[in-house]
Amino acid sequence: MAVFPRRRLAAMAFVAATALLVTAGCGGDDEGGDGPVTLTVDVFGQFGYEQLYQEYMAANPDVKIVERGTGTNLDEYSPKLTQWLAAGRGAGDVVAIEEGLLVEYKANPANFVNLLDHGAADLKGNFLEWKWNAGLTADGKQLIGLGTDVGGIAICYRKDLFSKAGLPTERDEVSKLWPTWPDYIATGERFTAAKTGASFLDAATNTFNTILLQTAGNTTGYSYYDTSGNLVVDSNPSVRQAWDTTMDIIDSGLSGKYGSWSEEWVSAFKQSKFATIACPAWMTGVIEANAGTAAQGKWDIARVPGNGGNWGGSHLAVPKQSKHQAEAIALAKFLTSAKGQIGAFKAKGPLPSSPQALDDPAITGATNAYFSGAPVGAIFGTGAKSLKPVYMGPKNQAVRTEVENAVRTVELGQRSPAQGWTDAVSNAKKAAAK
Amino acid sequence: MTVQLDARPPVVPAPARSSGRLSRLDTRLSPYLYIAPFFLLFAVFGVYPLAYTFWVSLHDWDLLGADHPFVGAENYTRLLADADFWHALVNTLGIFVISTVPQLLAALWLANLLNRGLRARTGWRMAVLVPNVTSTAAVAIVFGVIFGREFGMINWLLDLVGLDAIGWKSNRFASWVAISAMVDWRWTGYNALILLAAMQAIPRDLYESASIDGANRARQFWSITVPLLKPTIIFCAIIATIGGLQLFTEPRLFHSGTNPIRGGPMRESQTLTMYMFENAFAPHYNFGYGSAVAWLLFALIAIVAAVNVLLLRRLGGSDRHRKGTAR
Repeated sequence: MAVFPRRRLAAMAFVAATALLVTAGCGGDDEGGDGPVTLTVDVFGQFGYEQLYQEYMAANPDVKIVERGTGTNLDEYSPKLTQWLAAGRGAGDVVAIEEGLLVEYKANPANFVNLLDHGAADLKGNFLEWKWNAGLTADGKQLIGLGTDVGGIAICYRKDLFSKAGLPTERDEVSKLWPTWPDYIATGERFTAAKTGASFLDAATNTFNTILLQTAGNTTGYSYYDTSGNLVVDSNPSVRQAWDTTMDIIDSGLSGKYGSWSEEWVSAFKQSKFATIACPAWMTGVIEANAGTAAQGKWDIARVPGNGGNWGGSHLAVPKQSKHQAEAIALAKFLTSAKGQIGAFKAKGPLPSSPQALDDPAITGATNAYFSGAPVGAIFGTGAKSLKPVYMGPKNQAVRTEVENAVRTVELGQRSPAQGWTDAVSNAKKAAAK
Repeated sequence: MTVQLDARPPVVPAPARSSGRLSRLDTRLSPYLYIAPFFLLFAVFGVYPLAYTFWVSLHDWDLLGADHPFVGAENYTRLLADADFWHALVNTLGIFVISTVPQLLAALWLANLLNRGLRARTGWRMAVLVPNVTSTAAVAIVFGVIFGREFGMINWLLDLVGLDAIGWKSNRFASWVAISAMVDWRWTGYNALILLAAMQAIPRDLYESASIDGANRARQFWSITVPLLKPTIIFCAIIATIGGLQLFTEPRLFHSGTNPIRGGPMRESQTLTMYMFENAFAPHYNFGYGSAVAWLLFALIAIVAAVNVLLLRRLGGSDRHRKGTAR
């Protein structure tokens, strides 16, 4: 073989190396074996788990926790999670699932560990009944996720802007300004007339969703889909009622039109460009992150117009692809325990879904320094146990996107309210059919 | 790797027969071996995804679902009747036209300036390429802020001169302009450098004789420079076509907030690639439908590329013809 020139050998070696590189690039399993287990937790928004991780790692020295996704919004997070599940790899060991998307994920339960097989049944009493049920598949045989928080609703407002506009600033008096949504609009008109340079509310879309979930919770118990999974966007009176109220808000010129979750929305927080915002419990953490320390003590929390309501809240699930299922399940149980939920609430404000936690003095007596010492435990916690859930259908997120986009087009003056409604219904039907 | 200088005495040839067979095999096979890495990579990352995408596009394929029933061409027929698809196609072509035309004109003008005797010539020539090496994501985010409705710099400037603010993200044409500005900012310098290289290949004596005949600078530019640059201009146009029809990052990151993949509340600047993503991933997770969009986009690019090739052939042919007669 001496005849085989070196050049050629080098070329073959190159080819072989390339082939090796290609195959090596496709494999990346480095875990397994003994030693500390690294658990990845995927979340979005503000779950407030940092302190709890420290505590858990101190108690379980063989577990290391890495979190991904704090601060991202749901529209960035959920497609990634879906891709990871579809690809069979990439997802964290514990993943957060938002209530509006839970039905979609439950439709393919094979992607998740059945927590009922791992002793979760004993935990049923630790959760509000409807929150527990939301984690179950339709046949009730598989538990996908353990509840984290519920989203009791209030209105967060800027005291400094209210005082500039000559409105009361004390939270009890502010609450008395708006027993109903028309009263809220009337207050908004008073605020606008004072010309403070700020709008009364951030954007109509979040307010629309708040009104919808409140109305639906108090009446039909479902929003875009009825409980048999039929799209009822044009026949459910709750949807129409929320739409009409939102149109009144837009007509009165109360909205600052800062598209929710956009860069502009964040800037508007920083520059004090709006006075009120629909405020589910978890929103308090978002406000604090967006408005920053400069606005500390300028915010306060009043009750929501109308009667109660729930927006948002999540579950923690363990994907089947996790290589450390047992450890992941233990962590998910810890984070969703009454103790874990209290810890999260103290850190970032998501309201517990555990009745024990809701009764705990740590919650009932909780105040939030950022929000002028508002008794957040009492404001959000009262009535949390009597919250009536709203059923979310299979394509809830896609349909909601279409309807809220229609709200946005009216808000921006691109469409009349009537045209907007036509768009909302037809686009929602199209989205549901996809 | 060290350079191999084979300084040993010539190797004694091995017995003729085996050596001959080996070397014949060598000459016949080794070229294939050399080009194999490219084709291996292309098969893995090019052909396979293409074929798989086509396979997926023939199914009702929920990204998370366990069953993917075969539906034949249904995704395609639905897509051809889908108003949002055509809307995205118009957006893509619109952005393509209003970004490419000014881009190539500006590049031509820049190249012409750079072709003159400037002080610190290399410095200027390198400077025009700087926008091209910045990350697209960074560019898109910064432009997204500059074109903001209320806090954006452009609307602030408009306000200073007494004009009304423009809804850059919610007005269809305005959003096209803003995204084109982004594309042009990044790519004008790149095209200018390519045109500059071609300009330098134009013989000087053509300009000299033109000056003797009394042609001014502008006349020389339009009568000598531009005609001789035609093939290069077409090359730039083809590159811009490929990039323009696949435009994704700029319009996607231009929008933020709820569901930015729509490109504005009424899909003002949603391009085809964004529409593909919206269907294949969030919020629809309809992988089959998204794959059908991908294949129609592929067909569109193939058509445009074919038109380009035809144009190129005709122009190239006439060029050769002219040169032939000149000789």
